Amino acid sequence: MMTVLLAIGILVALALVFGAILGYANVRFHVEGDPIVDQIDAILPQTQCGQCGHPGCRPYAEAISNGEAINRCPPGGQATVQALADLLDVEAIPLDGGAEEPVQRVAVIREDECIGCTKCIQACPIDAILGAAKQMHTVISDECTGCDLCVEPCPVNCIDMVEVGVTSRTWSWEKPQGVGVQSAQIIATDRQTEAAQ
Amino acid sequence: MALLRITSPHTHRAGQRTSWVMQMVILATVPGLLVQTWLFGYGTLINLVIACITALISEAFILKLRNRPIGFFLKDYSALLTAVLLALALPPTVPWWLTVTAVAFSVIFAKQVYGGLGNNPFNPAMVGYAICLVSFPVPMTQWIGASDLISAGATPSFSDSLAAIFGTLPTVDSYTMATPLDAFKHKDGLMASEAFASIAGLQGPNLSSWMYVNLAYLVGGLALIALRIITWHTPVAMLTALAVMSGVFYAIDPSNAASPLFHLTSGAAMLGAFFIATDPVSSCTSNRGKLVYGAGIGILVYVIRSWGGYPDGVAFGVLLMNFAAPLIDYYTQPRAYGHEKAKKGLTIGGEK
Amino acid sequence: MQTPPVYSFHGGIHPPENKTQSLQLPLGHPSLPRELILPLGQHIGQASRPLVEVGTKVKKGEAVAMNNGFLSSFLHAPTSGTISAIETRPIAHPSGLSDLCIILTPDGADEWIELEPLANWKDISKTDVLAFLSEKGIIGMGGAGFPTQVKLQGAHKHTLSHFIINAAECEPYITADDMLIREKTLELVLGIEILQHIVEADNVVIGIEDNKPTAIAALQQLLRERQSSIQVAVVPTKYPSGGEKQLIKLLTDKEVPSGQYPADIGILCQNVGTCIAVYEAIQQGRPLISRFTTLTGDALKAPQNVEVLLGTPIDHLLAYADLQENKLSRLVMGGPMMGFTLDSGNVPVVKTTNCVLAATKKELPAPYPEQACIRCGMCEQACPASLLPQQLLWFSKSQELEKAEHYNLFDCIECGACSYVCPSSIPLVQYYRHTKAEIRDTREAAVKSDIAKQRFEARKARHEAEAAEKEAKRLARQGAAKPAAKKPAKPAPEKADTAAPAPAVDEAAKKAKVDLAIAKAKLKKLEKALLEAQEKEHTEEISALQTQVDEAKKDIVELEKLVASAPAAAPVAKTAAPALSDEAKKAKVDVALASTKLKKAEKQLAEDPDNQELKDKVAGFTADLKAAQETFDKLGGDVKTAPATAKPVLSDEAKKAKVDVALASTKLKKAQKQLAEDPDNAEIKAKVAGFEKDLKEAEARFAKLDSAPTVQAAPAAKPAMSDEYKKAKVDVALASTKLKKLQKQLAEDEQNSELQGKVVEFEKALKDAEARLAALEAPTAASTPSDSSTVVTPAVDEEALRKLKIDSAIAKAAVKKAEKALAKAIELGSEDKDSLEQQVNKAKARAEELEQALQNGGQATTKPAESSDNGADDAEFKERLKKQKVAAALAKAQVNKLKRQLDADPSSECLQQALAVAEQKQQEEEAKLEQLTNTQENR
Repeated sequence: MMTVLLAIGILVALALVFGAILGYANVRFHVEGDPIVDQIDAILPQTQCGQCGHPGCRPYAEAISNGEAINRCPPGGQATVQALADLLDVEAIPLDGGAEEPVQRVAVIREDECIGCTKCIQACPIDAILGAAKQMHTVISDECTGCDLCVEPCPVNCIDMVEVGVTSRTWSWEKPQGVGVQSAQIIATDRQTEAAQ
Repeated sequence: MALLRITSPHTHRAGQRTSWVMQMVILATVPGLLVQTWLFGYGTLINLVIACITALISEAFILKLRNRPIGFFLKDYSALLTAVLLALALPPTVPWWLTVTAVAFSVIFAKQVYGGLGNNPFNPAMVGYAICLVSFPVPMTQWIGASDLISAGATPSFSDSLAAIFGTLPTVDSYTMATPLDAFKHKDGLMASEAFASIAGLQGPNLSSWMYVNLAYLVGGLALIALRIITWHTPVAMLTALAVMSGVFYAIDPSNAASPLFHLTSGAAMLGAFFIATDPVSSCTSNRGKLVYGAGIGILVYVIRSWGGYPDGVAFGVLLMNFAAPLIDYYTQPRAYGHEKAKKGLTIGGEK
Repeated sequence: MQTPPVYSFHGGIHPPENKTQSLQLPLGHPSLPRELILPLGQHIGQASRPLVEVGTKVKKGEAVAMNNGFLSSFLHAPTSGTISAIETRPIAHPSGLSDLCIILTPDGADEWIELEPLANWKDISKTDVLAFLSEKGIIGMGGAGFPTQVKLQGAHKHTLSHFIINAAECEPYITADDMLIREKTLELVLGIEILQHIVEADNVVIGIEDNKPTAIAALQQLLRERQSSIQVAVVPTKYPSGGEKQLIKLLTDKEVPSGQYPADIGILCQNVGTCIAVYEAIQQGRPLISRFTTLTGDALKAPQNVEVLLGTPIDHLLAYADLQENKLSRLVMGGPMMGFTLDSGNVPVVKTTNCVLAATKKELPAPYPEQACIRCGMCEQACPASLLPQQLLWFSKSQELEKAEHYNLFDCIECGACSYVCPSSIPLVQYYRHTKAEIRDTREAAVKSDIAKQRFEARKARHEAEAAEKEAKRLARQGAAKPAAKKPAKPAPEKADTAAPAPAVDEAAKKAKVDLAIAKAKLKKLEKALLEAQEKEHTEEISALQTQVDEAKKDIVELEKLVASAPAAAPVAKTAAPALSDEAKKAKVDVALASTKLKKAEKQLAEDPDNQELKDKVAGFTADLKAAQETFDKLGGDVKTAPATAKPVLSDEAKKAKVDVALASTKLKKAQKQLAEDPDNAEIKAKVAGFEKDLKEAEARFAKLDSAPTVQAAPAAKPAMSDEYKKAKVDVALASTKLKKLQKQLAEDEQNSELQGKVVEFEKALKDAEARLAALEAPTAASTPSDSSTVVTPAVDEEALRKLKIDSAIAKAAVKKAEKALAKAIELGSEDKDSLEQQVNKAKARAEELEQALQNGGQATTKPAESSDNGADDAEFKERLKKQKVAAALAKAQVNKLKRQLDADPSSECLQQALAVAEQKQQEEEAKLEQLTNTQENR
């Protein structure tokens, strides 16, 4: 009987000690905020486009941390889904609504047609449109994330989403095709057509 | 006219392609092959033919299944090299189905299943060898004995070899004998000197025939180093480690341990050091890594030979070090130009 | 003369040299080509800015483009002639893409401008010498084309222990430097001495490979004769000993730390070509307009070195060297190890073109297909940077970017030694280039998303602040409205109004402050990125970042000014800023602020039309706005004169002109509006006339610029009527928006009374538009600012005509739209079909009705516009507009909601939809009711 009591006593004492340690650790190493949300937010492309159904990237990050699907971000594309899957250690699912690779676009205002209504300015989530009432507006293309949100409100449809083209300064070599494929791609140049003529 | 648009460099070293590398390795085994045939009969040659045919067929079969260009991959000679190495490592009298099993397993499971050449984590030939050694230990450890070097009558004739391999030679036992390593392992409490004096497998002719075989492989290996197909690091490290290990234990207890010379010239020491441990795909990649890797194999070979369950340890030593190769690689990166120290390990998660 | 020690570097290869072919013939001098193509980006960093226009006649050596920022360079005319175009042409770039080039058609005279050598280079400050070099367009002629003055500037960071002249020329085939040393030995030595003076180096070593005995002998002899302290270090032939880092290791046994420059360890490297260019620039005043280039390859019958004018098309050179077209299989600019292939010969020679290799199929056979990597380690033995190429390949293939970086991918110099030795013919360098680009892209994307996040959060914070402020204001007004209900509604709104402008200013200040904070944060981040980039030696990145940093700094200065000026109310802060664009920007901001305030005041006035004080305020704000506009005007004038004095940059000018046009038309619009509100005001009329003149002037200027064919993508020149056209368009847009709303409401609510009210409103809006149109016509028709009646009457006929046209167009559009909606409804099988059909019919009927009415109306004399009524009408209209806006916003939101529901559940019963519609209706009515009561209260 004594041994049983002794065992119980020791276990209780241990439980108290460890409980105290845990309690102390909880206070001492308390982390402000929810770091996982920050981590998710860091992966999201920050276009603030709302295509996920949330008003901005951070709300979506919060929703993901609460269990929402990770495939609702079209601007991020499959790469973002993959990164989120890696972070959250879940399976990477295909992008909602087709795995179309996102193309980098920027909004461009046809300035001749702009009537200066400021509707696009209000729609832009990142203040990347410049202008005042009755003044021509323009998009700061360096800041534009290509979220599309300004296109719809424009009453004269003068905003185009233009693909960011490749220039000689942004161009880079494509990835080689891999083993067993002729790595040299033969490109017929104008010479060929010239010769044919 | 169409002009090529490709990335630099536009010129490449002429002739030295992967197939050339493989061919050279195969050629370098020829001295060993000849000596082995001379000493142990035609069994090795017959095995070689069986192994090559099996390797080509199984490789082609899997390539077809994987929807890959068959001719393109068969022409890299890697399957043939695996077959040749296996044929050399197998005893000359093993039944044909054992050779077929070993080679097919090597090519299919140890190589193609991982994605083909370049993607296999383990040395394919040694995987096949080890599988057969574990599954069929008896035929895998019976070697032709060379009781008398000069009298060629001791080695089986071509027809006898053929008969032995295809299982129709009842008298096969009359040719076979434990290898020196096997014999030494099973000296049953005898002192080393007594064993060398009394056991047939440890008699002069058998010992020296194994020495000749090993020397022949040494010649082939040196040729590979001269051709710059392999670097000296792995073989030297492996042989040194083996010699040092055996030397230390021989010095401590000469009555129970064999001399370094015995270890270096028997079994698959040289074949392993120059042809198997140097398989680039599954070994370490940096020079320092190769030193560690080779030394590891050398130590493991000695450990298995002395205290393990099998007479020779090259296959297991190589396979075990294959496991360790990526780890060694992470810790033996060379110091890159402009860096004070070599990077060690691998930091993931962006922190540096 | 002592021989300096020579060390060694890891790896390296010995490809066949193939250098003798091009040394058989003496130096060639090709004839003038038909045209010279001068790409604006011939160097690392920002592309140059053109200084010439199409049609400009230039002399040989005249600057045609200037540097654009820190990391950029000048460009000069290689011969005399006419600028025939500034357009995109294929350039010498691995991508084969096109870029902006200046096209020079030579006149054959080859007439030099007056050359001004820098005779006193020893006496003047080194910064001035560097600036001079920059103006002469000198860039590194070895490989990357790093602007020389930038590199020399960097050399002052530490005292130089070694000054290395790179004459190694390790690439196979190329002999241009060899030939250059032989031909211009003295110039080289003199150039080195100049550089030696500039960078204050004692220990000068020329590193040269031992396969150039003639050049070595010539150099050594001359140095002996001059008793020079310059040493010649003969290094063994091994590729890539000519790489900067490898040569440094060879000659000094030091390694350039990863991510740093040689200057960081007190070493400077210059190519021989650069030294000679420096000599010619300083002693002869010659800008960099020609260079030595090797023409070689088996497809050429006469391979040789040539001294060629920059901009010469490769075709021209190939023809000069007797190209056998049928033998040519690969055209490489640069050497076979690091050069890049060209798609065709129509690209020009640039400052860094050291070789053109026209190779036959036999000479450079097509690479074998890639085989699997067997990790044989041959690449590792060859890598001059001691990397593990096989591991890097592995990580590149699997896109493990972090691991690739960890394995020092960015220390790869892309020399190609690994690919050269690879038995599996793996295009290793291409893998590395791709992966490097991927890593850079990822980094850039991260930076961009960070900025986007910041901006988003700043915006959110601002909105919250605004909402809070509005709430506070609303509370204040509510509090004020209670006593106002008792008294005759005068003193209370006054209080509210006096409170209003102050927060407006505060708000502006706050906004500016927020912006400033953001800008500062951005600058900090950029600077950090720049530092990082400098560490990692991403030169392109550095230049981009540098410009960004500069821009950010500028922004900050501007914002700081704004912050300072904001509390002192808008129209202040008209201090002349040094930069033209800054001033213009500021003026623009002022205009924007003033107009916002004016609008606010007007709104308040509309709510409280009797308030005298408010009226005064409006007048004050109008004056402010006018003042702001005047500054703007003045600036416009400045801009007009600017091109003559400052930067004659073509496209910029066009842009400016465009901006002027836009500004002038906006101003005109504003003034016209004011005139419409207050037709008696002579001052405004005068202003309108003035603006009109400005606008015409600006347009004319723009048209002139536009007619020049060089300006790209400029819209077609605008006719004089464009502003009116624009205005009409605006009206149409507004009217159609209203119509849209009407239709929506009609669909939701078929109560006729309301609809009729809307129709009335709509017509009123149209009238307003008409009035504005009339006002627009007025100043043009009667330039004499006489009394108002004469102004209005001649416009009446036209007005009616216009109205008719607009209305019919709108009505037609409405019909079309309604039909479309119907079609959609039918498609969706919606129950709204009937109502929509009704709607269509109604719209059609209305269109006809309108047309008839307007036809009649066109004949009937319209009553003259009454100015007194106009103001009241306007106020009323504004209210209704506001109301309508809110209603529309609601309707829109609900439509969106409906759509979403439909999307989510397309098979859903129409019941739900109907419910939603009903809800919508109800809400809308409520909103309207509320507003109506509000307006009543205000009145």
